[in-house]
Amino acid sequence: MKSEFNLKLDRCKGCGICVAFCPKQVLELDTLGKIFVAHPEKCIACGQCELRCPDYAIFVDKVKEEAKK
Amino acid sequence: MTERSYEKFFRQNRLPHLWCPGCGNGIAMKAIVQAIEKKSGWTQDNTIIVSGIGCSSRASGYMDFDTLHTAHGRAIPFATGIKLAKPELNVVVITGDGDCTAIGGNHFIHGCRRNIDLTVILFNNNIYGMTGGQASPMTPLGKKATTAPYGSIDRPFDACKLAEAAGATYVARSTAFHVQHLTKIIEDALDNKGFSFIEALVQCPTAYGRRNKIGEPAKMMAWMRDNAVMKNAWDKLPDEKKIGEKFPIGLFYKAETETYDEAYHHVMEIAGGASK
Repeated sequence: MKSEFNLKLDRCKGCGICVAFCPKQVLELDTLGKIFVAHPEKCIACGQCELRCPDYAIFVDKVKEEAKK
Repeated sequence: MTERSYEKFFRQNRLPHLWCPGCGNGIAMKAIVQAIEKKSGWTQDNTIIVSGIGCSSRASGYMDFDTLHTAHGRAIPFATGIKLAKPELNVVVITGDGDCTAIGGNHFIHGCRRNIDLTVILFNNNIYGMTGGQASPMTPLGKKATTAPYGSIDRPFDACKLAEAAGATYVARSTAFHVQHLTKIIEDALDNKGFSFIEALVQCPTAYGRRNKIGEPAKMMAWMRDNAVMKNAWDKLPDEKKIGEKFPIGLFYKAETETYDEAYHHVMEIAGGASK
């Protein structure tokens, strides 16, 4: 199971809520203070980041391996 | 990826919203649109969002329904007018702690008393955020604000107890951390015929958190996670463990009684007045 990220960076304000609540430390803030997927391979697509993002800037979907080509 | 279905309920040209980084209002607003989305028969044309003044009340400007941004503290009176004129509409009121319990306190208790069929969602950020961090009637004891630099000595309202005592027929509380729980209770409140009141605790990192040295938004949400106790567990908790900053969340009160618009319609029928 892999995950697919969709970031709406114009909405991100870099509050760090998604970084703090990610159970796998997948996310980091970049030098401009915006969200950045540092370790996509560790993501388990739990959706905690999307759930609590106050700015609707991060979306995560599960992608099945065979569907990914 | 497919666009999230609730995005249609936002005015896309108004996003990103102007709430501060990490503000919990955005989380609560999403919970509201997700709850409305799950209601069959609730459309953008028959749902009205009414708000007062304050950070929380900015929400009406971002939500793509028929919306009304009203005078400070007066969201419930405006909503009452809408409900009496067009009882078939679904009316949701978004208000803040200062808006609802200070300047609008009187309207709030009388809205509860009359049991008007409204859903009132109070975004409680414990402070007047928009005007620069003055203490509100829901600022906890001892917490700092620009008008309480040595800590607030005014005992805060428990808005849920206030609503219940005043006669609301659905009273619940949740937090910005418990997003799914918040969405669920808003859904239940939308179903309730009568005055439904929900207190959504949201973090205000800029005006409240910073002044009280609570730290970044995520720490404020972790505080909610650590201190909120579900109603069932809270009831079983011995008094000596209800200490510190612990507070209950969940459904506190639910009742059924005649709503104001039904009673008003009855009066119109007796008086032989307004036709439907």
